Amino acid sequence: MLKTAPMTNRIDTNRIEARFQKCRQEGRAALVTYVMAGDPDPETSLDVLKSLPGAGADIVEFGLPFTDPMADGPAIQAAGLRALKQGQDLAGTLALIRRFRDEDASTPVILMGYFNPIFIYGVERFLVDAKAAGVDGLIVVDLPPEEDDELCLPALQAGLAFIRLATPTTDDKRLPAVLENTAGFVYYVSITGITGMATPDFGKVSTAVERIKRHTPLPVVVGFGVKSGAHAASVAQGADGVVVGSALIDALKGTLDENDRATSRTVEAVTTLVKDLAAGVRSVSKKAAA
Amino acid sequence: MTAQAHPNSFRTGPDERGHFGTFGGRFVAETLMPLILELEKAYNDAKADPAFHAEMRSMMTHYIGRPSPLYFAERMTEHFGGAKIYFKREELNHTGAHKVNNVLGQILLARRMGKKRIIAETGAGQHGVATATLCARYGLECIVYMGAVDVERQKPNVFRMNMLGAKVVAVESGTRTLKDAMNEALRDWVTNVADTFYCIGTVAGPHPYPAMVRDFQCVIGEETREQMMQAEGRLPDSLVACIGGGSNAMGLFHPFLDDRNVEIYGVEAAGHGLDKLHAASLTGGRPGVLHGNRTYLLMNHDGQIEDAHSISAGLDYPGIGPEHSWLHEMGRVTYISATDQEALDAFQLCSRLEGILPALEPAHALAKVAELAPAKPKDHLMVVNISGRGDKDIPQIAEILGTRL
Repeated sequence: MLKTAPMTNRIDTNRIEARFQKCRQEGRAALVTYVMAGDPDPETSLDVLKSLPGAGADIVEFGLPFTDPMADGPAIQAAGLRALKQGQDLAGTLALIRRFRDEDASTPVILMGYFNPIFIYGVERFLVDAKAAGVDGLIVVDLPPEEDDELCLPALQAGLAFIRLATPTTDDKRLPAVLENTAGFVYYVSITGITGMATPDFGKVSTAVERIKRHTPLPVVVGFGVKSGAHAASVAQGADGVVVGSALIDALKGTLDENDRATSRTVEAVTTLVKDLAAGVRSVSKKAAA
Repeated sequence: MTAQAHPNSFRTGPDERGHFGTFGGRFVAETLMPLILELEKAYNDAKADPAFHAEMRSMMTHYIGRPSPLYFAERMTEHFGGAKIYFKREELNHTGAHKVNNVLGQILLARRMGKKRIIAETGAGQHGVATATLCARYGLECIVYMGAVDVERQKPNVFRMNMLGAKVVAVESGTRTLKDAMNEALRDWVTNVADTFYCIGTVAGPHPYPAMVRDFQCVIGEETREQMMQAEGRLPDSLVACIGGGSNAMGLFHPFLDDRNVEIYGVEAAGHGLDKLHAASLTGGRPGVLHGNRTYLLMNHDGQIEDAHSISAGLDYPGIGPEHSWLHEMGRVTYISATDQEALDAFQLCSRLEGILPALEPAHALAKVAELAPAKPKDHLMVVNISGRGDKDIPQIAEILGTRL
């Protein structure tokens, strides 16, 4: 049996809620960007992270590198290995987020990764440190609702949103369990597959989002396979937000030298693509919420 | 870890959420979760269906060649001068290892579920060969993920799989061994959820795999009980088996877990030595989460998985089945380890004394028999699981011993 978080929990999703509110007022979908912490080195990844809101990202996801990312495609696998090679660890990632927060008090920061580094850091200690660093939410790929005791419920207690992935295999019978302890927003994975590979049938995305929205008042964002401003515009028609990850990592990787070191073009390559994606998202006008 | 009370039975796990104590569980991406629940239901239905068991039994007898003999290793017994040593001859099964017991069960289950595409990971190649074999037998598409390093050191098995019609994918990601093959198989499964059955080769992965694979392998221990009763009129005094993920060991051990007088030894791979590169997750690791379950893992301060090393590709994995982690913490099974060199020595000794070339995996178990047996009295009955035959290792061993084939 799944447990439900107490009704009196102190979920501080203010930054996330405020950001979706702002996007609704502007009559558009939100742009959610993913980059890997420590890729290609800690300082450059912080520079990239800092550049994203100015280029049009509404919410930033920071990837936690892991040696065995079993739901990720080659781009994110390689990004994680580049970061690990530079010594990136969870403590270092939280330190980077603290520095981001020193300059940006309003952009929501989501940590996304796999459970083992968090489990080894210690769940309790992690939640305290992540909250203090200015993290707003967590996406942990290998924690389905069946394992909510591990991190989801403690995170909600600690005031961090636990953002759940819903997928094409999550049927109507299962959706309520998936959504039960979800906070902040719902991340719809538009394909059955790993990150950065297939491009979804964008026509089917809005139907899927509508199905999820019948079960939850939370915003639904859509990711996997979004590579360009045109893709982003297609997805934005049916979703409250568009997530882009592997395409940004590919853009970053394309600027690295033969030893995988950052060059003068690295940050700019990412922001150029983010601007294109942001323009795509903004080209679709959505009705303002009632 | 706090001391846990001994249960009335060691054989009742896992609980309905797939936990053996604090180990096990279902740590998978949401995409896979509905499939795992469907698999659990299908397996429970099959377990309750006499027709499923009848087909298993018939194929075990006529295709695999079960029961495998329990053989009194007379010369090895004389050589060590202590315990009376018996070999459970799993290497005589069709395809040359215990792996086929589990694959048969899973392939019959896949057929019941209407799945036409089978994927598997493999280390030494024995699980891949067994899967390719049963896929050929039942006309199913078969894709085997194998680390590029293992493809290189287990060439005969790669060729066998190709002959059987399977596609072998050399995995170049990560450390290019068994754990990366498992990552790649999981990625395939996430991508091809509708028609694909993931045939996991060991007692690891998300629930229900650890329990299901164990159940399919328990035929080893059940036969051993009966055969020992016939041979000696009583149960054995000790059991010894090698452990990578731990399926041959679990299959032998599980039917004896509640016979408290039976000593049970699991032998991990100590590689170059426990202070150097090795694959002994229980001896040298700590609990973490990987490949769908919580279990003992080799990792660094940040929870990043570390490279395992063993001379034996089948033991070269930085984790272990979750039920072994639980039995380790409960103290019911004693986990020890053997180095590459000890295994190599035991391989040669067994070949010369008994005329049996063991695989490098059970050679690790034999290496510890060399330590355990001499200290036991002559009426001590010791069973060692010869989980596979050494033919696949011949090119590798020849190279190590400096012989050009």
